Amino acid sequence: MPNPNKEMTDLFTKGKDFFDIYSKVAEFSKELMEENKKLQGRINELITERERVLSEGGEEGDPKLLRRLEELKREKQEILSHYRQVEEENSDFLHRYQEIETENNNLANLYVASYQLHSTLDQREVLEIITEIIINLIGAHSFGILMLNDKRGLLEPVKAEGIPIAALPAIRVGEGIIGQSAKSGETYYRDSADRPLLDDYTHPLVCLPLKIKEEVIGVIVVYQLFAQKPKLVRVDYDLFNLLAAHAATAIFSAKLYGDSVRKQATIKGFLDLLTH
Amino acid sequence: MGYRILIVEDSPTMRQLVVFALRSLPDLQITEAVDGLDGLKKVRGCAFDLAIVDINMPLMDGLKLVSLLRSDPKSKHIPVVIVSTEGNSETKRRAEALGVNAYLTKPIVSGHVFRTVKALLEGGDGAGGRP
Repeated sequence: MPNPNKEMTDLFTKGKDFFDIYSKVAEFSKELMEENKKLQGRINELITERERVLSEGGEEGDPKLLRRLEELKREKQEILSHYRQVEEENSDFLHRYQEIETENNNLANLYVASYQLHSTLDQREVLEIITEIIINLIGAHSFGILMLNDKRGLLEPVKAEGIPIAALPAIRVGEGIIGQSAKSGETYYRDSADRPLLDDYTHPLVCLPLKIKEEVIGVIVVYQLFAQKPKLVRVDYDLFNLLAAHAATAIFSAKLYGDSVRKQATIKGFLDLLTH
Repeated sequence: MGYRILIVEDSPTMRQLVVFALRSLPDLQITEAVDGLDGLKKVRGCAFDLAIVDINMPLMDGLKLVSLLRSDPKSKHIPVVIVSTEGNSETKRRAEALGVNAYLTKPIVSGHVFRTVKALLEGGDGAGGRP
Protein backbone atom coordinates (compact mmCIF):
# COMPACT_ATOMS: atom_id res chain seq x y z
CA MET A 1 0.00 0.00 0.00
CA PRO A 2 1.34 3.39 -0.93
CA ASN A 3 2.66 5.60 1.82
CA PRO A 4 1.25 9.14 1.40
CA ASN A 5 3.94 10.68 3.57
CA LYS A 6 6.72 9.28 1.46
CA GLU A 7 5.09 10.49 -1.77
CA MET A 8 4.83 13.98 -0.31
CA THR A 9 8.49 13.87 0.72
CA ASP A 10 9.51 12.82 -2.82
CA LEU A 11 7.44 15.61 -4.35
CA PHE A 12 9.08 18.17 -2.08
CA THR A 13 12.53 16.86 -2.95
CA LYS A 14 11.77 17.05 -6.70
CA GLY A 15 10.33 20.54 -6.29
CA LYS A 16 13.45 21.67 -4.46
CA ASP A 17 15.68 20.20 -7.22
CA PHE A 18 13.59 21.93 -9.87
CA PHE A 19 13.85 25.20 -8.00
CA ASP A 20 17.62 24.85 -7.73
CA ILE A 21 17.88 24.23 -11.48
CA TYR A 22 15.58 27.17 -12.21
CA SER A 23 17.72 29.39 -9.97
CA LYS A 24 20.88 28.35 -11.82
CA VAL A 25 19.25 28.96 -15.20
CA ALA A 26 18.11 32.36 -14.00
CA GLU A 27 21.60 33.17 -12.79
CA PHE A 28 23.14 32.02 -16.10
CA SER A 29 20.59 34.08 -18.05
CA LYS A 30 21.52 37.07 -15.97
CA GLU A 31 25.21 36.55 -16.75
CA LEU A 32 24.35 36.23 -20.45
CA MET A 33 22.42 39.46 -20.32
CA GLU A 34 25.37 41.23 -18.71
CA GLU A 35 27.76 39.81 -21.30
CA ASN A 36 25.39 40.87 -24.04
CA LYS A 37 25.32 44.34 -22.58
CA LYS A 38 29.10 44.49 -22.56
CA LEU A 39 29.30 43.33 -26.19
CA GLN A 40 26.75 45.92 -27.18
CA GLY A 41 28.91 48.55 -25.52
CA ARG A 42 31.97 47.31 -27.42
CA ILE A 43 30.03 47.40 -30.71
CA ASN A 44 29.03 50.96 -29.96
CA GLU A 45 32.66 51.83 -29.26
CA LEU A 46 33.75 50.29 -32.56
CA ILE A 47 31.04 52.13 -34.45
CA THR A 48 32.17 55.38 -32.87
CA GLU A 49 35.80 54.60 -33.67
CA ARG A 50 34.94 53.78 -37.28
CA GLU A 51 33.00 57.02 -37.63
CA ARG A 52 35.94 58.94 -36.20
CA VAL A 53 38.39 57.25 -38.60
CA LEU A 54 36.04 57.89 -41.53
CA SER A 55 35.66 61.51 -40.53
CA GLU A 56 39.50 61.80 -40.55
CA GLY A 57 39.64 60.36 -44.09
CA GLY A 58 40.92 56.89 -43.19
CA GLU A 59 38.94 54.89 -45.71
CA GLU A 60 40.69 52.78 -48.39
CA GLY A 61 41.35 54.70 -51.56
CA ASP A 62 41.61 57.90 -49.62
CA PRO A 63 43.60 60.47 -51.63
CA LYS A 64 45.92 61.28 -48.71
CA LEU A 65 46.85 57.65 -48.23
CA LEU A 66 47.28 57.11 -51.96
CA ARG A 67 49.62 60.10 -52.15
CA ARG A 68 51.59 58.76 -49.20
CA LEU A 69 51.74 55.38 -50.88
CA GLU A 70 53.06 56.98 -54.07
CA GLU A 71 55.65 58.90 -52.06
CA LEU A 72 56.80 55.72 -50.38
CA LYS A 73 57.03 53.94 -53.73
CA ARG A 74 59.14 56.81 -55.11
CA GLU A 75 61.38 56.73 -52.03
CA LYS A 76 61.78 52.99 -52.47
CA GLN A 77 62.80 53.47 -56.11
CA GLU A 78 65.25 56.19 -55.12
CA ILE A 79 66.76 53.97 -52.43
CA LEU A 80 67.06 51.08 -54.88
CA SER A 81 68.65 53.34 -57.47
CA HIS A 82 71.06 54.72 -54.87
CA TYR A 83 71.85 51.15 -53.77
CA ARG A 84 72.66 50.15 -57.35
CA GLN A 85 74.85 53.24 -57.71
CA VAL A 86 76.70 52.37 -54.49
CA GLU A 87 77.04 48.80 -55.72
CA GLU A 88 78.61 50.03 -58.98
CA GLU A 89 80.94 52.36 -57.06
CA ASN A 90 81.85 49.47 -54.82
CA SER A 91 82.68 47.37 -57.84
CA ASP A 92 84.82 50.22 -59.22
CA PHE A 93 86.61 50.57 -55.89
CA LEU A 94 87.25 46.82 -55.81
CA HIS A 95 88.64 46.98 -59.32
CA ARG A 96 90.85 49.94 -58.39
CA TYR A 97 91.94 48.18 -55.21
CA GLN A 98 93.02 45.16 -57.25
CA GLU A 99 94.88 47.41 -59.69
CA ILE A 100 96.63 49.22 -56.83
CA GLU A 101 97.49 45.93 -55.17
CA THR A 102 98.99 44.65 -58.42
CA GLU A 103 100.90 47.89 -58.84
CA ASN A 104 102.07 47.68 -55.23
CA ASN A 105 103.22 44.12 -55.81
CA ASN A 106 105.06 45.14 -58.96
CA LEU A 107 106.77 48.01 -57.19
CA ALA A 108 107.74 45.70 -54.33
CA ASN A 109 109.31 43.29 -56.83
CA LEU A 110 111.16 46.09 -58.59
CA TYR A 111 112.36 47.52 -55.28
CA VAL A 112 113.65 44.19 -54.04
CA ALA A 113 115.28 43.40 -57.39
CA SER A 114 117.01 46.79 -57.51
CA TYR A 115 118.05 46.62 -53.85
CA GLN A 116 119.52 43.15 -54.24
CA LEU A 117 121.35 43.93 -57.46
CA HIS A 118 123.33 46.71 -55.82
CA SER A 119 123.92 44.92 -52.54
CA THR A 120 127.30 43.46 -53.49
CA LEU A 121 130.45 44.17 -55.49
CA ASP A 122 131.30 40.52 -56.03
CA GLN A 123 130.68 39.60 -59.66
CA ARG A 124 129.82 35.98 -58.84
CA GLU A 125 127.25 37.15 -56.27
CA VAL A 126 125.78 39.65 -58.74
CA LEU A 127 125.27 36.84 -61.27
CA GLU A 128 123.67 34.75 -58.52
CA ILE A 129 121.29 37.59 -57.64
CA ILE A 130 120.33 38.07 -61.29
CA THR A 131 119.58 34.34 -61.41
CA GLU A 132 117.43 34.56 -58.28
CA ILE A 133 115.49 37.51 -59.70
CA ILE A 134 114.81 35.68 -62.95
CA ILE A 135 113.67 32.54 -61.10
CA ASN A 136 111.74 34.07 -58.21
CA LEU A 137 110.31 37.23 -59.70
CA ILE A 138 109.89 36.40 -63.37
CA GLY A 139 109.33 32.67 -63.00
CA ALA A 140 111.77 31.41 -65.63
CA HIS A 141 112.65 27.72 -65.62
CA SER A 142 115.61 27.70 -68.01
CA PHE A 143 117.79 30.62 -69.00
CA GLY A 144 121.39 31.75 -69.39
CA ILE A 145 123.56 34.83 -69.00
CA LEU A 146 126.09 35.53 -71.76
CA MET A 147 128.75 38.22 -71.37
CA LEU A 148 130.44 40.00 -74.26
CA ASN A 149 134.07 39.17 -74.90
CA ASP A 150 135.19 42.34 -76.71
CA LYS A 151 138.38 40.85 -78.04
CA ARG A 152 136.70 37.87 -79.69
CA GLY A 153 133.40 39.61 -80.51
CA LEU A 154 131.57 36.73 -78.88
CA LEU A 155 128.80 36.45 -76.32
CA GLU A 156 130.06 33.75 -73.95
CA PRO A 157 127.89 31.87 -71.41
CA VAL A 158 128.83 32.64 -67.81
CA LYS A 159 125.75 31.33 -66.00
CA ALA A 160 122.93 28.90 -66.79
CA GLU A 161 119.89 27.70 -64.88
CA GLY A 162 117.65 24.79 -65.80
CA ILE A 163 120.05 23.74 -68.58
CA PRO A 164 123.72 22.71 -68.54
CA ILE A 165 125.99 25.68 -69.20
CA ALA A 166 127.94 23.56 -71.70
CA ALA A 167 124.79 23.31 -73.82
CA LEU A 168 124.75 27.05 -74.38
CA PRO A 169 126.67 28.12 -77.48
CA ALA A 170 128.98 31.15 -77.68
CA ILE A 171 127.30 33.52 -80.09
CA ARG A 172 128.92 36.01 -82.42
CA VAL A 173 127.54 39.53 -82.17
CA GLY A 174 125.18 40.18 -85.08
CA GLU A 175 124.43 36.49 -85.73
CA GLY A 176 120.99 35.01 -85.22
CA ILE A 177 118.34 36.31 -82.84
CA ILE A 178 120.68 36.62 -79.85
CA GLY A 179 123.54 38.19 -81.80
CA GLN A 180 121.18 40.65 -83.50
CA SER A 181 119.60 41.61 -80.20
CA ALA A 182 123.07 42.26 -78.72
CA LYS A 183 124.05 44.30 -81.76
CA SER A 184 120.90 46.41 -81.92
CA GLY A 185 120.41 46.70 -78.16
CA GLU A 186 116.74 45.84 -78.67
CA THR A 187 115.04 43.28 -76.44
CA TYR A 188 113.64 40.31 -78.34
CA TYR A 189 110.36 38.70 -77.24
CA ARG A 190 109.13 35.64 -79.06
CA ASP A 191 105.39 35.50 -79.55
CA SER A 192 104.14 33.47 -76.61
CA ALA A 193 101.74 31.65 -78.95
CA ASP A 194 104.75 30.11 -80.73
CA ARG A 195 105.67 26.57 -79.85
CA PRO A 196 108.60 26.52 -77.35
CA LEU A 197 111.89 25.43 -78.90
CA LEU A 198 113.38 23.63 -75.93
CA ASP A 199 116.46 22.17 -77.59
CA ASP A 200 117.34 25.10 -79.79
CA TYR A 201 119.34 27.52 -77.67
CA THR A 202 119.61 30.04 -80.47
CA HIS A 203 115.84 30.69 -80.40
CA PRO A 204 115.03 32.01 -76.94
CA LEU A 205 111.72 33.17 -75.57
CA VAL A 206 113.35 36.43 -74.50
CA CYS A 207 116.74 37.95 -75.29
CA LEU A 208 117.54 40.93 -73.11
CA PRO A 209 120.64 43.00 -73.84
CA LEU A 210 122.42 44.23 -70.70
CA LYS A 211 123.26 47.85 -71.44
CA ILE A 212 125.23 50.66 -69.84
CA LYS A 213 123.80 53.64 -71.66
CA GLU A 214 123.96 52.35 -75.26
CA GLU A 215 126.83 49.92 -74.80
CA VAL A 216 125.83 46.26 -74.59
CA ILE A 217 127.99 44.23 -72.21
CA GLY A 218 126.04 40.97 -72.34
CA VAL A 219 122.61 39.37 -72.73
CA ILE A 220 120.14 37.38 -70.67
CA VAL A 221 118.43 34.67 -72.71
CA VAL A 222 115.27 33.04 -71.35
CA TYR A 223 114.21 29.74 -72.94
CA GLN A 224 111.33 28.46 -70.83
CA LEU A 225 109.01 29.63 -68.06
CA PHE A 226 107.73 27.50 -65.18
CA ALA A 227 104.75 25.27 -65.93
CA GLN A 228 102.59 27.38 -63.60
CA LYS A 229 103.54 30.54 -65.52
CA PRO A 230 101.87 30.34 -68.93
CA LYS A 231 103.08 33.69 -70.27
CA LEU A 232 104.88 36.91 -69.44
CA VAL A 233 102.85 39.64 -67.76
CA ARG A 234 103.30 43.41 -67.52
CA VAL A 235 105.53 43.39 -64.46
CA ASP A 236 107.86 40.95 -66.22
CA TYR A 237 108.54 43.51 -68.93
CA ASP A 238 109.19 46.13 -66.21
CA LEU A 239 111.55 43.71 -64.52
CA PHE A 240 113.33 43.03 -67.79
CA ASN A 241 113.73 46.78 -68.33
CA LEU A 242 115.10 47.13 -64.81
CA LEU A 243 117.46 44.20 -65.32
CA ALA A 244 118.66 45.56 -68.66
CA ALA A 245 120.02 48.66 -66.94
CA HIS A 246 120.66 47.72 -63.30
CA ALA A 247 122.07 44.25 -63.88
CA ALA A 248 124.49 45.65 -66.42
CA THR A 249 125.60 48.40 -64.02
CA ALA A 250 125.91 45.93 -61.14
CA ILE A 251 127.98 43.49 -63.22
CA PHE A 252 130.15 46.27 -64.59
CA SER A 253 130.72 47.82 -61.13
CA ALA A 254 131.59 44.44 -59.66
CA LYS A 255 134.00 43.78 -62.55
CA LEU A 256 135.69 47.17 -62.08
CA TYR A 257 135.89 46.61 -58.34
CA GLY A 258 137.39 43.15 -58.84
CA ASP A 259 139.93 44.57 -61.32
CA SER A 260 140.84 47.41 -58.96
CA VAL A 261 141.33 45.01 -56.04
CA ARG A 262 143.60 42.86 -58.18
CA LYS A 263 145.57 45.91 -59.40
CA GLN A 264 145.82 47.20 -55.85
CA ALA A 265 147.23 43.85 -54.73
CA THR A 266 149.72 43.89 -57.64
CA ILE A 267 150.86 47.45 -56.89
CA LYS A 268 151.12 46.66 -53.18
CA GLY A 269 153.21 43.59 -53.97
CA PHE A 270 155.41 45.66 -56.27
CA LEU A 271 155.86 48.38 -53.63
CA ASP A 272 156.63 45.78 -50.99
CA LEU A 273 159.28 44.37 -53.34
CA LEU A 274 160.84 47.83 -53.80
CA THR A 275 160.84 48.80 -50.12
CA HIS A 276 162.19 45.53 -48.73
CA MET B 1 102.55 40.16 -28.42
CA GLY B 2 103.22 39.97 -32.15
CA TYR B 3 103.61 36.95 -34.39
CA ARG B 4 106.86 35.07 -34.82
CA ILE B 5 107.47 33.88 -38.35
CA LEU B 6 110.29 31.74 -39.65
CA ILE B 7 111.34 32.07 -43.29
CA VAL B 8 113.39 29.12 -44.53
CA GLU B 9 114.74 30.00 -47.96
CA ASP B 10 118.22 29.84 -49.48
CA SER B 11 117.67 32.82 -51.78
CA PRO B 12 118.30 36.20 -50.07
CA THR B 13 116.22 37.90 -52.76
CA MET B 14 113.28 35.65 -52.03
CA ARG B 15 113.64 36.12 -48.28
CA GLN B 16 113.62 39.87 -48.71
CA LEU B 17 110.59 39.68 -50.96
CA VAL B 18 108.66 37.67 -48.36
CA VAL B 19 109.71 40.06 -45.59
CA PHE B 20 108.56 42.92 -47.80
CA ALA B 21 105.23 41.19 -48.47
CA LEU B 22 104.56 40.75 -44.74
CA ARG B 23 105.72 44.19 -43.64
CA SER B 24 102.21 45.46 -42.85
CA LEU B 25 101.46 42.72 -40.29
CA PRO B 26 101.71 44.38 -36.87
CA ASP B 27 104.48 43.53 -34.36
CA LEU B 28 105.98 40.92 -36.61
CA GLN B 29 109.17 39.15 -35.57
CA ILE B 30 110.82 37.48 -38.53
CA THR B 31 113.64 34.97 -38.28
CA GLU B 32 115.45 33.90 -41.44
CA ALA B 33 117.06 30.52 -42.07
CA VAL B 34 119.21 29.76 -45.14
CA ASP B 35 118.35 26.04 -45.51
CA GLY B 36 116.32 23.23 -43.93
CA LEU B 37 118.96 22.36 -41.34
CA ASP B 38 119.29 25.97 -40.25
CA GLY B 39 115.48 26.16 -40.11
CA LEU B 40 115.29 23.07 -37.89
CA LYS B 41 117.85 24.51 -35.47
CA LYS B 42 115.91 27.75 -35.26
CA VAL B 43 112.58 25.99 -34.68
CA ARG B 44 114.13 24.08 -31.79
CA GLY B 45 115.37 27.32 -30.25
CA CYS B 46 112.20 29.37 -30.48
CA ALA B 47 108.42 29.00 -30.62
CA PHE B 48 107.11 30.17 -34.00
CA ASP B 49 103.55 30.97 -35.00
CA LEU B 50 104.16 30.10 -38.66
CA ALA B 51 106.89 28.92 -41.02
CA ILE B 52 107.36 29.81 -44.69
CA VAL B 53 109.47 27.13 -46.34
CA ASP B 54 111.05 26.72 -49.75
CA ILE B 55 111.40 23.19 -51.15
CA ASN B 56 114.68 23.18 -53.09
CA MET B 57 117.43 24.05 -50.62
CA PRO B 58 120.93 22.77 -49.89
CA LEU B 59 121.70 20.48 -46.89
CA MET B 60 118.06 19.76 -46.11
CA ASP B 61 115.13 20.37 -48.45
CA GLY B 62 111.83 21.89 -47.40
CA LEU B 63 109.78 18.67 -47.47
CA LYS B 64 112.26 16.91 -45.18
CA LEU B 65 112.08 19.87 -42.81
CA VAL B 66 108.26 19.75 -42.81
CA SER B 67 108.26 16.01 -42.08
CA LEU B 68 110.61 16.59 -39.12
CA LEU B 69 108.47 19.46 -37.86
CA ARG B 70 105.34 17.33 -38.07
CA SER B 71 106.93 14.40 -36.24
CA ASP B 72 107.97 16.52 -33.26
CA PRO B 73 105.17 17.21 -30.73
CA LYS B 74 106.70 20.62 -30.01
CA SER B 75 106.51 21.82 -33.60
CA LYS B 76 103.81 19.70 -35.24
CA HIS B 77 101.17 22.41 -34.72
CA ILE B 78 103.12 25.18 -36.52
CA PRO B 79 101.31 26.20 -39.71
CA VAL B 80 103.59 25.79 -42.73
CA VAL B 81 103.37 27.67 -46.02
CA ILE B 82 105.39 26.19 -48.86
CA VAL B 83 106.71 28.64 -51.44
CA SER B 84 108.29 26.76 -54.29
CA THR B 85 109.20 26.71 -57.95
CA GLU B 86 107.74 23.19 -58.05
CA GLY B 87 104.36 23.66 -59.64
CA ASN B 88 103.71 20.02 -60.48
CA SER B 89 100.88 18.27 -58.73
CA GLU B 90 103.00 15.34 -57.47
CA THR B 91 105.20 17.60 -55.32
CA LYS B 92 102.13 19.45 -54.13
CA ARG B 93 100.47 16.15 -53.15
CA ARG B 94 103.57 15.10 -51.22
CA ALA B 95 103.59 18.42 -49.40
CA GLU B 96 99.91 18.16 -48.56
CA ALA B 97 100.39 14.59 -47.34
CA LEU B 98 103.04 15.90 -44.95
CA GLY B 99 100.50 18.37 -43.59
CA VAL B 100 101.50 21.73 -45.07
CA ASN B 101 98.80 24.33 -44.65
CA ALA B 102 99.27 26.26 -47.89
CA TYR B 103 101.22 25.81 -51.11
CA LEU B 104 102.28 28.84 -53.17
CA THR B 105 104.28 28.66 -56.39
CA LYS B 106 106.93 31.05 -57.67
CA PRO B 107 106.97 33.68 -59.00
CA ILE B 108 105.29 34.86 -55.85
CA VAL B 109 102.79 37.69 -55.58
CA SER B 110 103.20 39.74 -52.40
CA GLY B 111 99.43 40.07 -51.92
CA HIS B 112 98.91 36.28 -52.04
CA VAL B 113 101.67 35.68 -49.51
CA PHE B 114 100.27 38.35 -47.20
CA ARG B 115 96.69 37.05 -47.36
CA THR B 116 97.72 33.42 -46.93
CA VAL B 117 99.90 34.14 -43.90
CA LYS B 118 97.33 36.47 -42.33
CA ALA B 119 94.54 33.91 -42.75
CA LEU B 120 96.63 31.16 -41.15
CA LEU B 121 97.72 33.37 -38.25
CA GLU B 122 94.09 34.24 -37.63
CA GLY B 123 93.14 30.57 -37.55
CA GLY B 124 91.88 30.22 -41.13
CA ASP B 125 92.92 27.63 -43.70
CA GLY B 126 95.13 29.95 -45.73
CA ALA B 127 92.94 29.67 -48.79
CA GLY B 128 92.39 33.43 -48.76
CA GLY B 129 95.69 33.90 -50.54
CA ARG B 130 94.73 32.02 -53.63
CA PRO B 131 94.15 34.17 -56.62
